[in-house]
Parts: sequence; C-alpha cells; structure tokens
Amino acid sequence: MLKSRTFVKKTRKGGVVKVVQEHYLRDDVWCGVIGCSSCNTTQAVLDPQCLNVQSNLCPKSHFIIPDTNVVCKQIDILEENCIKHAIFLQTVLQEVKHLSASTYRRIRDAIANPEKKFYVFSNEHHKKTYIERGKDESPNDRNDRAIRVAAKWYQKHMQDNCFQTDIVLLTNDVENKEKAVQDNLTTYTMYEYVMALTDSPELMDKLSGDFEDDEKNQIVFAEYLPLSKIQSAIKAGRLIQGTFQSSRDNYKEGFVRVHGEEQDIFIKDLDSINRAIQDDVVAVEMLPKQEWTKPSGLVCRDVENNENDNAETAGLENTAREEKLENYIADALPSGKVVGIIKRNWRPYCGILLPNPNPNARRFLFRAADRRIPRIRILTRQSSNLLGQRIIVSVDAWQRKRRYPEGHFVRRLGPIGDKETESEVLLIEHNVPYQQFSQAVLNDLPTLPWEITDDDAKQREDLRHLTICSIDPPGCTDIDDALHLTALENGNYEVGVHIADVSHFIRPGTAIDIEAANRGTTVYLAEKRIDMVPELLSSNLCSLRSNVDRFAFSCIWELSPDADVIAARFTKSIIKSQAAFTYAEAQLIIDDKQRNDDIAISLRSLNVLAQALNKKRLDQGALSLASPEIRFQVDSETHDPLELVKKELRETNSLVEEFMLLANITVAERIYEIFPQCALLRRHPSPPLSNFDILLKSAAVKNIQLQVDSAKMLSTSLAQADLQDNPYFNTLLRILVTRCMMQAVYFCSGTLAYQDYCHYGLATPIYTHFTSPIRRYSDIIVHRLLAISIGADKTYPDLMKKDKVQELCNHLNFRHKMAQYAQRSSVSLYAQLFFRNRVTKEEGYILFVRKNAIQVLIPKYGIENTIFLRSADGSELPFIHDEQNLSLTYQDITLQVFDRVLVEIAVEHNEIQGSKIRLQLLEPQVCSFSV
Amino acid sequence: MEIISPEGLRIDGRRPEEIRRFNCRLGVLSRADGSAYLEQGNTKALASINGPHQAGDKAKIKHDRVHINFQYSMATFSTNERRNRPKGDKRSIDISQLMREIFQSAILTDLYPKSQIDIHVQILQADGGNYSACINAATLALMDAGVPMKDFICSCTASLVDSKTIIDVNNSEELHFSNPLLTLAILPTSEEIILCQMKSRLHADHLEDILKAGIKGCKDIYEIMHREVLNHVREAAAVMNAT
Repeated sequence: MLKSRTFVKKTRKGGVVKVVQEHYLRDDVWCGVIGCSSCNTTQAVLDPQCLNVQSNLCPKSHFIIPDTNVVCKQIDILEENCIKHAIFLQTVLQEVKHLSASTYRRIRDAIANPEKKFYVFSNEHHKKTYIERGKDESPNDRNDRAIRVAAKWYQKHMQDNCFQTDIVLLTNDVENKEKAVQDNLTTYTMYEYVMALTDSPELMDKLSGDFEDDEKNQIVFAEYLPLSKIQSAIKAGRLIQGTFQSSRDNYKEGFVRVHGEEQDIFIKDLDSINRAIQDDVVAVEMLPKQEWTKPSGLVCRDVENNENDNAETAGLENTAREEKLENYIADALPSGKVVGIIKRNWRPYCGILLPNPNPNARRFLFRAADRRIPRIRILTRQSSNLLGQRIIVSVDAWQRKRRYPEGHFVRRLGPIGDKETESEVLLIEHNVPYQQFSQAVLNDLPTLPWEITDDDAKQREDLRHLTICSIDPPGCTDIDDALHLTALENGNYEVGVHIADVSHFIRPGTAIDIEAANRGTTVYLAEKRIDMVPELLSSNLCSLRSNVDRFAFSCIWELSPDADVIAARFTKSIIKSQAAFTYAEAQLIIDDKQRNDDIAISLRSLNVLAQALNKKRLDQGALSLASPEIRFQVDSETHDPLELVKKELRETNSLVEEFMLLANITVAERIYEIFPQCALLRRHPSPPLSNFDILLKSAAVKNIQLQVDSAKMLSTSLAQADLQDNPYFNTLLRILVTRCMMQAVYFCSGTLAYQDYCHYGLATPIYTHFTSPIRRYSDIIVHRLLAISIGADKTYPDLMKKDKVQELCNHLNFRHKMAQYAQRSSVSLYAQLFFRNRVTKEEGYILFVRKNAIQVLIPKYGIENTIFLRSADGSELPFIHDEQNLSLTYQDITLQVFDRVLVEIAVEHNEIQGSKIRLQLLEPQVCSFSV
Repeated sequence: MEIISPEGLRIDGRRPEEIRRFNCRLGVLSRADGSAYLEQGNTKALASINGPHQAGDKAKIKHDRVHINFQYSMATFSTNERRNRPKGDKRSIDISQLMREIFQSAILTDLYPKSQIDIHVQILQADGGNYSACINAATLALMDAGVPMKDFICSCTASLVDSKTIIDVNNSEELHFSNPLLTLAILPTSEEIILCQMKSRLHADHLEDILKAGIKGCKDIYEIMHREVLNHVREAAAVMNAT
C-alpha cells in the first residue's frame, strides 16, 4: 500500500519548497514476540513467558512501550539492566533522533544489546498502525496518537495470538495518558512504574524529575532568547555562536571559543555566564567596549556549603558591586554575555556528594571532579550510602530561579580514595572506553592455535632469515616494531623497520574494527593499560616477540653511510625476531666491546646511522623539548606505588626513535603520493606568535632573548640560553616552550593545502603515524592505505572518502587528547598515593606567577602544583604583584619566575574531597605563612 | 541521516532490494505513432514516437539505416523548485545524445534506411532515477509504435550505502552525493549491458555487487513492462478481431 507524504521545508537559501515523498506501508513488519503464530519470528526477541521485573502495578509479564519524552528524559533508567522487554516505536525513535543525537545513540546501543531484549517496531510502515495527521492536529499530537494506535495494535495482536502478556504504555504526558486510558490501554507514568518495582528501589534516584519553580528563591538569571530569534540574530551578526569554556581557575569566569577565530570572548561573572556549562554551544552578545574587562587573575573556587542560598545571593551582589568600582581597563579582552543556548553538551559527571547538615535532608549538592562544572542539586533517599563515595550524576535542567542545575543520581563507583575507584573516575572523566571487550569483538579474533597457512606465506615475503631484533621499554608486551640492518656490498646498508601487521587481523567493518576505531588508542595508566585491541592480538599474535614467526609490514631502505635514503620499498612479510631487548640491554651490547656477533655489529651500525639522522633533523630545525616524565615502580601484589622513577634516556631510545621517524616520513610521502585526497597524515601546526608571549616575558625577566620566528631559530636560541646560577634553567625554558606548542593532530590530506601539512616539532614537511598499529588506530588506517598502494589489500568505501577520513581523524584527535589527560591524571593519582604516608622536603622552581598564588614545579617528582599565598588563618597576604617582572613582593621577600624555592610535599586529607597533594613554601620564608 | 534503518527499511519503507511502485500505460496519445506513460514511484515520464518517417533534415539522412532523433526534456514543474528553461540546456542535450546511442543499439536500424524516428521523452515529475524512467518509457513507446527491436531496454538505478546495495534510488537517497549512483540499462534476455553510468566514486571491488543488484532491478522492471506490453497487445488484438 502506498501513501504519499507531503510537507514543506525551508531550503538553505531560505526559500520554501514543497517536498513530496512516497511512503510505503507493509504487511511484513513483524511484532517481534517469540512464538507468535501470525508473524515471522526469525528476529523475535520479546519473550512473552518471561516475568521480567517484580512490580506491584503489573504483576503479570508485560512489555513496556515508552513514549518519546520518557526515552529522552529517562534514558538512564532504560539503560538499567533490570529494564528489559521493551518495544520502541519508530515514531519514538525518530522524535528522539531529532531532539537529541546522543540519547538516540545511547538508545540504539541499548537496542543492539541482545541482553536487553529491546525490539524496534517500524510502526510508521505498518499497514495497520500508520495514521495520517488530522486536520487540526499538531505534529506532536499526531505522533502521540500514532504511539497509542501502535500500542493498541500490540494489545490486540497479543490477545489474537493468545498471549497472556500485557502491553504497558509509559508516558509522562497527562493528556496523552488520559486518552490512552480512554482507549483501554494500561498506562503509567515513568514515576509510577519505577516506584512500583519492588526489587530495585535504587532506580528511584535515577528518575529525572520535573521541577516546579520555587518562588522564594531570589536568584534570577536572565531568560534565554528563543532559538528562532538566536538563529536570525546570528545570521545578522548581532549574536555570536561559540562553545563555552569555563575557567579552571575561577568558577565565575569563562571564555567562549568561536570557531575559526583566534580570540576567545571573555565572560565575566555568573550573571553573564547565565547557566552555561562547560562545552555548551551558546549564543553570545558582545558588551559595549567600555564594559570590557579581563580575567581577575584570582584563583577562586566555589563555596563548599550546602544549600546556603542567602550567602550565595550576597556573593552575586558583591561581584556586581566590584564590577562597578572597576573603571576602564587598558588591556581588556573582548567581553560578552550569554543570551541563549544553542545546544547543551551535558554528559554524566563523576564527583562526590557534599554533606548536608540536616540529617533528614533529601536534597544534596553534588560536586563534579571536573572543576569547570558547577555544583548540581540532586534528590536522593540513600544519602548515607552515597556520602564518601564517588558517584555519577546527570544534569536534567537549570531553572532560571536556581543557583545550581538540577540533576539525578546515575551510578555509584566506589569509596573516595580507593585506587580502583579513582582510576575508574579518571577513565570516565576523560571519556576513555574501558569496558571489557564485547563477545562480538572477541568472536572476530582468530582461533588458537594460530598458524601461518600456505596462502599467507605465498602473499608475503619471507624475511625469517634476517637478523631482526626489537628494542622496547622493560616489561613491554605489545611490541610493535623491530629492526634489522645488513651491510651491502656497495658499502651501503639495508635497513628494515618491521611493524606488526595488525591490519591483517583487523579487517574493515568487523566488530573488532569498529571497537578499535572507537577506542582510538591504547591508554597507559600508571599501573595498567587499557588496550585498544584484545590482549590476544596486542600481546601475542601481533606482538613481534622473539623467536616466533610473526606477520609484519616492512619498510626497507637502502641507506648510504651518511644516512641518505637511496631507495625505499614496502612489503608485507613474515619475520622471526632474534631477540627482544630492553633499552638498557641494547645499550649494554653496543657498549660491550667484547661482543662481535651479528646483533652487536648491526646494533652499532644502526646507532651510527641513527646519530647521523638525528643530526640532520636537528640541522633542519627540529625541536628537542622537555617535559618531566616520571614512572612508578608498582608493587606487583597490591599495586601500590613503591618508588618514583624518572624516565632515563639512553642512546638506544634515540636509535629506535630515529628509525621510526624515518619510517613514518617515508610512509607519509608514499601514501600522499598514491592518495592525495584521502591519506591520513599528522601535522603539528606552527604556533601563533602570541602563544610565545608568556615565554618571552619570562625569559626577558632573566635577560634572555629568545628568537621564536621559526623552529630553527627557536632551537638555536634555546641551545644558547643558560644561566650560571641555575643549571635547571634551560630545562625549565624547554618545559615552557612545550606549553606554547599547538597540539599535533591527524588530518585527511584532502582537507588542507600541502604547505599546511608540515610538522613543526619534527621540522618535516609531511608526517604520519605508521609504527604503532597495536596501540593507535591511526596507524591501522595508514597500514591499510599503504597495503593498497602496494597491491596487498583491497579498499573499502569509507577509506576513500575524505569527509569520512576527516571525521575519523577528529575522533582520533579527541581520543588521543583524552588519553594524554588520563595518563597525566593517573600519574598524579599515584603521586598522591606515594606521598600519602610521608612528608618530603624538596626543591622546586616557580613556573608561573599569579596574583595570589605561584605555580611550582618539582623536577624530581614531576609534580606541578599551585601554592596559594595565604597565612595560616586563611587570610590573603598582601603580596604586591608586579606584572612586568612577573614577581610577587611582600616586605623583603620577592618571588619571581624561575626562582628556586624549597617546598614541603604532603598529602592533605579533607573529609569531603578526599586527599590531595599540598605544597608548603619553606624557603624563602614568609612570616606567619611558611611552616 | 540513515538511508537504511537498522531494522532494514529505507526512508520510504522499502527494503534495500525492492523497486518502487511501477505503473505504465501504452498508447496514451492518439496523434503520436506510439506513446507510453510511466510512473516509477513519484518519477513520472511521458514518451511519444513519431515515425519511422522520411527524414526532415537532409544532412542527417543515412543511406543504410534510420536516423534516431531523441529529445529529452524536463517539465518546468517537475522538480521542487520551478525551473525556467525546460529544454535545450546543456545537460538535456547531452542526455539526448546518450539516449540516441542507447536506442541505436537496440532498434533494428537497417530496416529503415534514409528515414527517421523521433523519440520525445518528458519527465513530468522528477523523484530520482530520471534517466531510467526515460529509457523505460521510450522502450514502451517504441513497442507501442511497433518499431522492431532486438529486445526491451530496461533500466534501473543502484547505489551502495554502508556496504549494502539498494536499487531504484529515489530523490531523497540520491541527494547523498557521497554515495555512488549507478544507472544501468540492459537487454534483459541476453543480460547485455547497454548503459552503465556512475556518479560519484566507487571502488572497483564493489562494482560486481552493485552491478548484480542493478541487473536484478532491471529484470524486475522487465517483468512488469513485459506483462504490460502483452496486455496491451491482447487488448489491441481483441479490438481488431471485433472490427
């Protein structure tokens, strides 16, 4: 049967066109109930016999049909394990998709999970459940009616087929519910349904509530403009669209990042921020120039007290008054205020519940681990269980008259300070997918024992006769690179870099591929790693372990003794590594003059070549930067940190690095040549000069002039910058330079011009990642491209589309950034555990000077922390901040950037937040302040 | 936008390898020598044949075979936005040229030396697969006119979405430019391919799948066209017998 759908829509140019589409109605859309006699049940998932939940309201077995509102608002509940056997109507899913893409993705994931037994009924294409919109019916009413009609059909269908199962419609809409009751449908609100579940009372806390306005509250934020107005105002240029970024230092300040603009818009105080939360897409109105301000430079944290609205109101007024006192500011930033929200980007937040002095209270404030998120008010009946625990909370709404947004409890992670819990928190906070691999992914693994078949051998070059070895950090099980060197008769060398052939095992489009693409990278935490691919691959089949046959993707050069590339070729191969060394072992072999076997000779030659390569690179202007890296020696039983070890650098580190860089560059050139439009490359944009301001200013304080016009000049002037009295000065400078850099990013070659491909840090015009496919997904894509270019593999559509590749790049960039942050957080978590039971005195250096605080780096432990200049009773000390000289002065004490200080490191215990590392200034001594 | 939902239905409710509703009638215009009206979903086309008749343009007379004059046009009201130039634009001329070559390969041209056949096809409503509809309508009109042909020419479109082939692509699906669009025309009995036109890029590895789907679509369409032609002949025969 055929229906025609007609609607009008606006085109991009603004014209209105009438769209006519066909709409086919079918008689082969099945009900999805197991054992149904009138339907084809091959894909049925709903089990009519199964009593899924214990409920007072519906004691019989039943299927629930949630409406759109329920899916959007109560997704947390629907994702719960105890909610099973639900029918999702196409109408509902389409509406959800329009309302919130992320909710849609979550509900689709839930549907895809066979455990949940969720079924999608395409009611819009079913002959009996399709309805036309009535004459005076709004689209919303029509959809509500469609849901009721479908529910009614199900009810009848169940009776016709003699099932004893009830159909329960869940809706929060009063009108809809009334009409459904008239139709003899069993209907409950989500609230009623969840309250009646006897075996899982904890679900109640996850209900997202509807909130009434509370008249007594005084705080009123400005009302948001309607979306239609915002859109036209943005088009006319009166408003600006951007992403809100809350300041890490001061909760009352934030910036709005405008796409494609270098200068962010500054937002000062809570009224102007107007309920925007980190990452929201907002519409900003610029303030007139005379009202522009700049960040106060104060480090300011939100108050810890609970529900003390009066004090907060006062606080708000105070800032307003301060504002008026301040006059015109010379170096003010463009400032604005938020007038509307274009898209909320709320996610579930990890954090803790703040205690409420009232023992019977049910409303609590929640503080997120991310400082940039405001407190969230939640309603809970199990506060005693939740205090002192890490929990996850979702935001539901932020009313105009509320100081804080309203949210609901989602999940409990575990006690504060617990190693496992805190690790999980940092994984969640950085959006790292850390769950076990699903069965579907594991099914894609090759079965053991894995053997090389004749077919494989035929397609690959046999390199098992070569003396290949790998060099990695100690304890490394995912070895993805190995090297070999053979001297050629003409005096040149044949050097091969052999990379684990992960793309052989991970085929495009399989579950394992999708999972790996989603994870993007392996995340290394202090005590464990979160694998990108299952362990069987990462530590066994792909890992180039010694003395076993492994598949590799080899890049083989002929190099002259001066390390000039004469020729390069790529091949899929079979190799057998002779030895897996650690950096230290390899170094020993190189240094041991007694050893003269094949391995020792080739390692020495490799080392010489690597040094030549390194010199060439530095001559071209590659930067060698510093960042304090530390590692923990972890107790193998308890996983407690035993010792802090600074990463040592040996010649062999640089040996491996140089050849990996060479391989990456050679591969980048090759894939760009073959796929100019869709090669996945990596670039490191040169930083805008303004990024160096703080560096230059800091260096100038010590009378050092740095040249930052090009990478080459920067590295030369860095090499010369030294201070007699401060041997660590050069390293400090290099640390600061690192902070000025842009992020290196993946991109698709078709999206940029060739001159933008360059890698600033490595000073090479083109670069990519090829050498670590076990731990980076980008390398897998590069492997695939390279394999196609030598005819060893086939393409697939998404690989050849530049928008898809760019989309993937953006995703990988995000994952990499998050993985880095997670790594850093993990190190500081372990540092905290390490210092838990000890107090240490150590020397540190001042990196930055703020108005009321200094930032100190302790090189020995790689710890960086802020010291607030407060006296023992908490009042601020009258330090005078000199912005030109970057110093703070009080009486005869001056704290200046790069100064050496002596600090005491201890862990401070705080009941609410758990513990954190705290530094105390010992030297220079400030009276009534230093201990 | 999902072109195929996880439940396996396309936007308009079809499954991936289903063609749209196909409706056709022969002999709709009485003044023309042959004519046909055709609907493939919301794409509607009208074809008319004049000839074979003496060639009008002396320059185009071919001494050994018939000259085919093909004119493709789109009605001003056929698309969402009204177009001002109904015919004579570069694209229509290109298509006309292409269509002439297609029909030359199926019409037994050497039976009518020094003469001319005019084929006019107008797309009355465009909703994807316009060329296919144009070829199918012209074939039916040629049948109605009684022009001898080797075989029917049946045409269908196919595309590849997320590694799944879909056939008889409609406008809303065609709008996704990144998906390849194959327009295929075959002689259904011999499965000889007359036209194979690809828009956007497709890797050679997938060509076989998409061709297979396209050929299946063409054959489905052939079934309907063949039945309709037989019906039409039967009716005509009944009328002739009666008189």
